Amino acid sequence: MREQLQGLKEQALTDLQGQESLQALGDWKVKYLGKKGELTAILRGMGSLSAEERPVIGQLVNEVRDELEAAHDEKEAAFKRAERNKRLAEEAVDVTLPGRAVPVGSEHPLNQLIRDVEDIFIGLGFSVAEGPEVEFDYFNFEAMNVPKNHPARDMQDTFYVTEEILMRTQTSPMQARVMGEKAAEARAKGQQYPDPIRIISPGRVYRRDDDDATHSHAFMQIEGLVVDRNIRMSDLKGTLLTFAREIFGDGVQVRLRPSYFPFTEPSTEVDATCHNCGGSGCRTCKGTGWIEILGAGMVHPSVLEMAGYDPTVFSGFAFGMGVERTAMRRYAIEDIRGFYQNDVRLMQNFKSRM
Amino acid sequence: MKISYQWLNDYIDVADLTPQQLGDKLTEAGIPVEVFTELNQGITGVVVGHVLETRQHENADKLRVCTIDAGTGENLQIVCGAPNVAPGQKVPCAVVGSELPGDFKIKKAKLRGVESQGMLCSAKELGMDVKLLPKEQTEGLYILPGDAPVGADIADYLRLNDVVMELELTPNRADALNYRGVVYEIAAILGREVKMVEEFNAPHATPTPVTVKIESDNCTKYSALVVKGLTVAESPLWLQAKLLAVGVRPINNVVDVTNFVMFELGQPLHAFDLSKVADDTIIVRQAQDGETHVTLDGVERTLDSSMLVIADPEKVIGLAGVMGGENSEVDSNTTTIVLESAYFDPGTTRKTGKALGLFSEAQKRFEKGMIDQGMITNALLRAALLIAELAGGEVVGAPVEVVKAAAEPNVLDLTLERVNDYLGTEISDDEMVDVLTRLGFQVSGFKVDGAHRVTVPTRRPDIVRDVDLIEEIARIYGYDKIPATLPQGELIRGGLTPEQRLRRHVRELLINSGLTEVITYTFQSPAALDRLGLADDEQLSNRLALMHPMSEERSVLRTHMLPSLLEVVEYNRNRKTNDLALFEVGRVFFPDNDPAQLPTERTRISGIFTGNFGPVGIGEKPRAVDFFAVKGVVENVLAGLGIDGVTYSAVEMASMHPGRTADIWKGDIFLGYVGALHPEVEEACDLPPTYYFQLHLESLMQAREGREVTVAALPKFPAMERDIAVLVDVNIPAGHMLGTINSAAGDLLESARVFDFYQGPQVPAGKKSVAFRLVYRSPERTLTDEEVSERHNNVLEALKAGYGAELRA
Repeated sequence: MREQLQGLKEQALTDLQGQESLQALGDWKVKYLGKKGELTAILRGMGSLSAEERPVIGQLVNEVRDELEAAHDEKEAAFKRAERNKRLAEEAVDVTLPGRAVPVGSEHPLNQLIRDVEDIFIGLGFSVAEGPEVEFDYFNFEAMNVPKNHPARDMQDTFYVTEEILMRTQTSPMQARVMGEKAAEARAKGQQYPDPIRIISPGRVYRRDDDDATHSHAFMQIEGLVVDRNIRMSDLKGTLLTFAREIFGDGVQVRLRPSYFPFTEPSTEVDATCHNCGGSGCRTCKGTGWIEILGAGMVHPSVLEMAGYDPTVFSGFAFGMGVERTAMRRYAIEDIRGFYQNDVRLMQNFKSRM
Repeated sequence: MKISYQWLNDYIDVADLTPQQLGDKLTEAGIPVEVFTELNQGITGVVVGHVLETRQHENADKLRVCTIDAGTGENLQIVCGAPNVAPGQKVPCAVVGSELPGDFKIKKAKLRGVESQGMLCSAKELGMDVKLLPKEQTEGLYILPGDAPVGADIADYLRLNDVVMELELTPNRADALNYRGVVYEIAAILGREVKMVEEFNAPHATPTPVTVKIESDNCTKYSALVVKGLTVAESPLWLQAKLLAVGVRPINNVVDVTNFVMFELGQPLHAFDLSKVADDTIIVRQAQDGETHVTLDGVERTLDSSMLVIADPEKVIGLAGVMGGENSEVDSNTTTIVLESAYFDPGTTRKTGKALGLFSEAQKRFEKGMIDQGMITNALLRAALLIAELAGGEVVGAPVEVVKAAAEPNVLDLTLERVNDYLGTEISDDEMVDVLTRLGFQVSGFKVDGAHRVTVPTRRPDIVRDVDLIEEIARIYGYDKIPATLPQGELIRGGLTPEQRLRRHVRELLINSGLTEVITYTFQSPAALDRLGLADDEQLSNRLALMHPMSEERSVLRTHMLPSLLEVVEYNRNRKTNDLALFEVGRVFFPDNDPAQLPTERTRISGIFTGNFGPVGIGEKPRAVDFFAVKGVVENVLAGLGIDGVTYSAVEMASMHPGRTADIWKGDIFLGYVGALHPEVEEACDLPPTYYFQLHLESLMQAREGREVTVAALPKFPAMERDIAVLVDVNIPAGHMLGTINSAAGDLLESARVFDFYQGPQVPAGKKSVAFRLVYRSPERTLTDEEVSERHNNVLEALKAGYGAELRA
């Protein structure tokens, strides 16, 4: 029987090598290892063996079965692998074809810039305050230290709605509004002094200008206001330096130049080192190395007074920046009207919001 | 303000600095100087030539052959085409080897066979600004005064070797609208001495023979002085050159002096021909309504009582501070003048000029209110003495001065601590006093309560508070020396308000849904609503109008976003971008019933869609936008904002498709609407099917009020899902059936939704198939088939009873 088993094993293994499909492999298994297979047939003949031989042969049969099964499993795995590989090859796609495009919108560049500026100042403890675009002459001008017939009214031509109501020409009236509200709150609560203020106020403003590449009858400003005890002009410089570095990069320097706004004293233009040349002088900065980024100053005591803040106790600084001008520089856009025409081919440049 | 560098050097020694260097210093101190103009545009070697004789060119009718003495030792033969050339004239002569502006080198030449050793020049050929020259000086050769020295360098002689700096003055620095102010500024910056004569004396103490009466509060001081026996003529060259350099047209020796003194000292002056002033009496008064007056420019003006005039007892002879009158004008026959030097109210001057459309150099100075009241009579004397000198006259006595309100110099107290606390600097007391003194401010030698007492000169009426002084100190000390610090104070919590956060989030949701954000103008055309069929909408057509719009197209404030967005759609479609999904978060304006109140400003979140919209893969067909694509976007936004339980109800409204528009509600809060534009609107705008939605920010805020996110524990027991598909009439809203399902299914129903919908040939005409998926669950146990079936049956019965629904197999 040993020889018989040995013969069967060899035959089966030889036979196995010739099997070329999973189907044939199954048939082979039935033929040699199945219930009616050849190995079983040999097992059936074990009854004729002696009691001593039976366990020995039984052991041998098991060994042969294990060996054949292992050989079978290996072959079967190889078949399956090959088959899967074939299927995977068939399933291959051209990965360079475009994906199924989920439409991606874009944020308007002006709003993107405003959001960035808001976030920088929020990080410095500022709140965002917003106010009406249709404003009283009082808040837009008088409370900002520009009485009727003041020569500074020449600086900005105004759209009036009535004699006393106008389209705000600047976001500065928000200074008067916020201070006025805080002062009123303090009076209502019986506080001796109103609370300190740190706000920025983005929004739309209007000037009676013909629209052209650099002028727009409507544009955006961002106003800033800090009022507290002991606010110094050096704080203005430090705050705006921090801001400039956040928005234009770490190496940026700022420079203050004396200027004039009716609602600040001293007043200053704030320049940052040119983003294009880094300060060495180029066409963008007309060779000066500096780019004007905003106007600022110490809040005029008359403005504090009118809004209910005692200028002998409080001081403050304010600043205002033009959003379009900054965005034009940031994105190298040459015509301000582009922001309001909303050509989606232009807007699609702003899909990334970083 | 234009400043001639040569002229400037008459008053302060700055010859060691280039104009550019000085300009940079001024810029740093707050007076930007960006434009520097060389008056000599490129003349070298051109000299004064004497025309000795002229003869006709033998071969050319229009040419003359001239013999010229140009101081070169021998006479030159020069061919000249100017019609006005004549023997005896002194003219600019460009000799061989000289150059004219535009790199024009003069060479020996032959003109029609005749040799020419140079060229005689016109003012234009010399590169001069001919707009300011009298007409006869711009046609043909520039004829020089008879005493011009032959052979002298023409650029030297005409004072063209000069640079003009343009100072960009902010409105507060009208004190620098004259050389005196600029000189003090430079003296302070450079720490140099002012060499200017500022005090002048009358030759006799007897009052000058005119009577002055001030009858209006709009004039606080008026000085007058008579000069007699003068001869009106051209001004000497030096005076003309100075005026030309600063852009003023020379007129005659009287007017030129008044202009010269205005530029030198800042005081506008006016000269009247005294023979034309009745009774030698000057009256400063308000005009009468309807009074007429012919100004110097020959135009008859109708005046009103808000205007201030100079009059004699019979008539108006000038508009105070704005323009003189023709009837009192100095002309070539004038021999006696009365000079006026005064302070007129800034606002009145400004309003008069605006009302009459006039804007003179004098007016510019008066309306800024920065006239140095301490200089009024000095400037008058300066001008009278100079006119007497140049026009051969005689100053008659001393000025008559009438003062209604005297201007006192401002005196301010200032401590060093205040300065350093305000600026964050560490300036020393000496530095501070030094800066103030350099600016010409008087600082007391003693202190009161630790404060310096500073007397502000009358030429600086802009300095009225201590902070004004602090700015002066900071400017001259140098803004660059101010350190950078951060505010100390207590920390204040910053951040966005809930509304600002919501707005940001809405924008984010819409952008992530594939919409492009736009920003449009808030001014619209009054006709903007017409083509939307909304002209009769009372609320929308009640719009705020601008008093002086730039154009009809942008003359009213919008009440509706749709016209704005349609403009953007049309703009892009005209540029062949046909697939558009746009949104704007913008403001609309509703007038208050009380016109003295501000309008109500509301924020609208509006979107517009046209063409294809949605994801498209390779080889797939793009999908045209439809109602459900747009509603899906709206649903996403509302879900993203945490606003649930939103209902949509079909609505008919102007501008929108009557069968494809829904109002959006959360309970009784109206959130907005979504739908297709009315086909008539699409036709009017030449658009394919276009969809629009509008959400009201304030309502979204309200709908979110009291909202809290609580997370329910995840279910412990399995759910049982049951579907039900029914046939109903097409006009039955699925939303209504869902309501019925919710109440019929009882408390074991966890959720119900529409999951399929069909309308078409597979179902009978007039019917549609709607399939709902219902999820049943109990928090306490596993449900049995029987109890769910019982409830599901109730649902079917309710649908049958309520809508005539038939169960679909």
